Amino acid sequence: MTARERVAGTVANYVDERTGAAKWMKKNLTKVFPDHWSFLLGEIVLYSFIILLLSGTFLTFWYDPSQREVIYDGSYVPLQGLHMSAAYASTLHISFEIRGGMLMRQIHHWAALIFMAGMVVHLMRVYFTGAFRKPREFNWIIGVGLLTLGIVEGFLGYSLPDDLLSGTGIRIAEAIIQALPVVGSYLAFFAFGGAFPGEAFIPRIFTVHILLLPGIFLALITVHLMLVWYQKHTQWPGPGRTEKNVVGYPLMPAYMAKAGGFFFIVFGVTAFLGAVASINPIWLYGPYNPGQVSAGSQPDWYMGWLDGLVRMAPPLETYLFGYTISWNILIPGLIIPGILFTGLALYPFIESWITGDKREHHLLDRPRNVPNRTALGVMSLTFMLVALINGGNDIIATTFSLSINQVMWFSRIGIIILPPIAFVITKRICLSLQRADRELVLHGRETGRLLMLPHGEFVEVHEPISPELAWKLTAHEQAPALALEDVDARGVRRAGGLKNKLRKRMSQANAESIAKPTANDLKEIEHH
Amino acid sequence: MSNEIEAIKDPGLPAHVHRQADTDPVAEKRAERQVAILFLISALGTVLFIFAYYFIPEDVFFFFPVLGNTNAHQLFLGLGLAMALFFIGAAAIHWAKTLMPDEEVIAMRHTLRSDDEDRDALVATVKERAGAAGLGRRSLIKRSMGLSLGLIGLSPLILLRDLGPLPGDDLTKTSWKAGTRLVTDPGDRPIRPEDLEVGAVAQVLPEHVGKERRHLSDIAKDAVLLIRLRPEEFQLSSERLSWTYDGIIAFSKICSHMGCAVALYEQTTKHLLCPCHQSTFDVPRAAKVIFGPSARALPQLAITVDSEGYLIAQKPFSEPVGPSFWERSS
Repeated sequence: MTARERVAGTVANYVDERTGAAKWMKKNLTKVFPDHWSFLLGEIVLYSFIILLLSGTFLTFWYDPSQREVIYDGSYVPLQGLHMSAAYASTLHISFEIRGGMLMRQIHHWAALIFMAGMVVHLMRVYFTGAFRKPREFNWIIGVGLLTLGIVEGFLGYSLPDDLLSGTGIRIAEAIIQALPVVGSYLAFFAFGGAFPGEAFIPRIFTVHILLLPGIFLALITVHLMLVWYQKHTQWPGPGRTEKNVVGYPLMPAYMAKAGGFFFIVFGVTAFLGAVASINPIWLYGPYNPGQVSAGSQPDWYMGWLDGLVRMAPPLETYLFGYTISWNILIPGLIIPGILFTGLALYPFIESWITGDKREHHLLDRPRNVPNRTALGVMSLTFMLVALINGGNDIIATTFSLSINQVMWFSRIGIIILPPIAFVITKRICLSLQRADRELVLHGRETGRLLMLPHGEFVEVHEPISPELAWKLTAHEQAPALALEDVDARGVRRAGGLKNKLRKRMSQANAESIAKPTANDLKEIEHH
Repeated sequence: MSNEIEAIKDPGLPAHVHRQADTDPVAEKRAERQVAILFLISALGTVLFIFAYYFIPEDVFFFFPVLGNTNAHQLFLGLGLAMALFFIGAAAIHWAKTLMPDEEVIAMRHTLRSDDEDRDALVATVKERAGAAGLGRRSLIKRSMGLSLGLIGLSPLILLRDLGPLPGDDLTKTSWKAGTRLVTDPGDRPIRPEDLEVGAVAQVLPEHVGKERRHLSDIAKDAVLLIRLRPEEFQLSSERLSWTYDGIIAFSKICSHMGCAVALYEQTTKHLLCPCHQSTFDVPRAAKVIFGPSARALPQLAITVDSEGYLIAQKPFSEPVGPSFWERSS
């Protein structure tokens, strides 16, 4: 035994006698993780969260969460002598006087954007591959919760500098609170400690931004990862991979090195962006003043769709018995987002109701093999994209020399007609891809080599594909539609007829597919 | 041959293919060197970071293509940090990919569902334990417990009451009163009609008395835009026309949609545009909404001049300014 082994042994013994960790470690150091680039998306989110904690802690050392009015005397000349909040002045101080402060601010903001973008793309990966199916519904709901909180956390974060742009964002948030029926003006006065903007809001959201929400994030992320660990990761179908096993690399050493290395890659890229790509230059906006605004005011992109919906809302208000209901704010600001996020959270249950499938699934779906789900996803994304485009309608109008009214009308009409069109097109593309897969399995790969037959006919030589690929393209299940009868065995109409009809209709749409090739088909072709 | 449909068969996990570094000692040495070089680049990055922190002055700017005018201190500090971090990652991953074992292994999944035996035992235990506590039998305790647990939830809600005052009439009142002078913002100078040319716009606030600086909460309600047109351009009711003075019309600058400052005035079309959500108001027609999400015109402030010829408010706003709220009556 070398000296090094002796020391390691002593330490390990010390820890194990107090925790019993050896048994757990022995099992888990060789835990198998399947490998695929799309499984890295969630990792990016996790690492950005760590970067946010590190860079955010640095920023709190100098940031002063106060709306007390001060006169700026820092080194940024254009703002010298102006009255502003201590929050804004301290953000300028971090940017211009603290060495590395500007870098850290920019890293923090970039990491927040990567955090949000990572969550969205990770969600898309999980959605389009069906990774949310049983037994992973809890993790799906936790994920939707994290996404929702992430939007709030990001909004609060960019509100903290108290510059003209972010103050305008807070003003809009206040108007949404104020628009709530019955309790709106009370809630607004409680949140702001009086009339907008007051001096209480920034200190309050600071506590929420750095303590309350990060705490909830930490708890939810921990549960999210523990469930991934315990339930084992999903895997793509392929040779040797089944619902009962997991094929991949053991945690130690390769997976540890790759995952750990990837943290540094993500941090490095974020630092690079922080170094070269200026973001949120608050010194250009000036301090917040409710009587002023900058042209081209818009939120960060993850709030942009919401702003886009608010912009395109029709000018509707109801005045009843001396009270006002602002539909122009409530519908785009609360009702539609509420429906979207509730629907998102409930999707796994809706799908399993439609398919009647209550089994565990660990093999991922190729999006083309589940055309309805894929089409629904693209349809939702189209909706969000049109809303997001309208969130930047002023920028688009000035950039492309259009009138703002044209862009707005495009969005108002587009948000209704484009999503269904996207659904139909996506579904057709999926079915075509299934057809192409079938062709490939049955007739092999087109080699591009032409052959002249003795009687002068030209044919292209097809090469059979490997058994591995053939298996990969046909490993999926093609479940038939649910056999739901409107009447029971005695010819009596079932209760809940409409619900049944809907389920039947959706199940049929869901089952629409191109029959995957079977061994019989292959044999038949060989006979020809 | 049977007629049963037979699926294409799973050929099983393909055989492992060795990498060059697994079999060729030269390739192995080369990979080792590459990993070391990547780590060294990271070390260089930290050196650059330290150098930038201490030795590059903070006020040196230089032109860099694409980036434009760039601060050297901040740029090299960031590049050093990015290099130091990125290449640690690159080294670790290259190491894993070329030199660490890359053989795929198969592990079996366990069923998540517990055995029936365990589930039955759990149900039995819960029933027995709960029975021992007698929760089902002791309805007096159960009900009083429900009451106390239900009530205790109120305390944190009540504790939040002092977060802010009640709105009262705060949302409906502004600082504008009959006779309040209009003063420029910024500058706080009283303003005469002749200070405004036809087509001009000015932001004004009510004259502020007292030593304390103006509160932002007051500006959030008091900000007013003055616009001067030719008197014949107005298309107003006679009452609203009497609220203007010599072609000067005054509107609340706080958007009736969500409270942004309605700051963009287009002289040719005489439209006011809110940059936040593009509500568009037609100035000659008392700021009627002609486009966008706002449902109400901007409140108009009745103005006139005092004996010294300065613009003053005839009376307070006749309706609440800013975004809608529940208690608003129209």
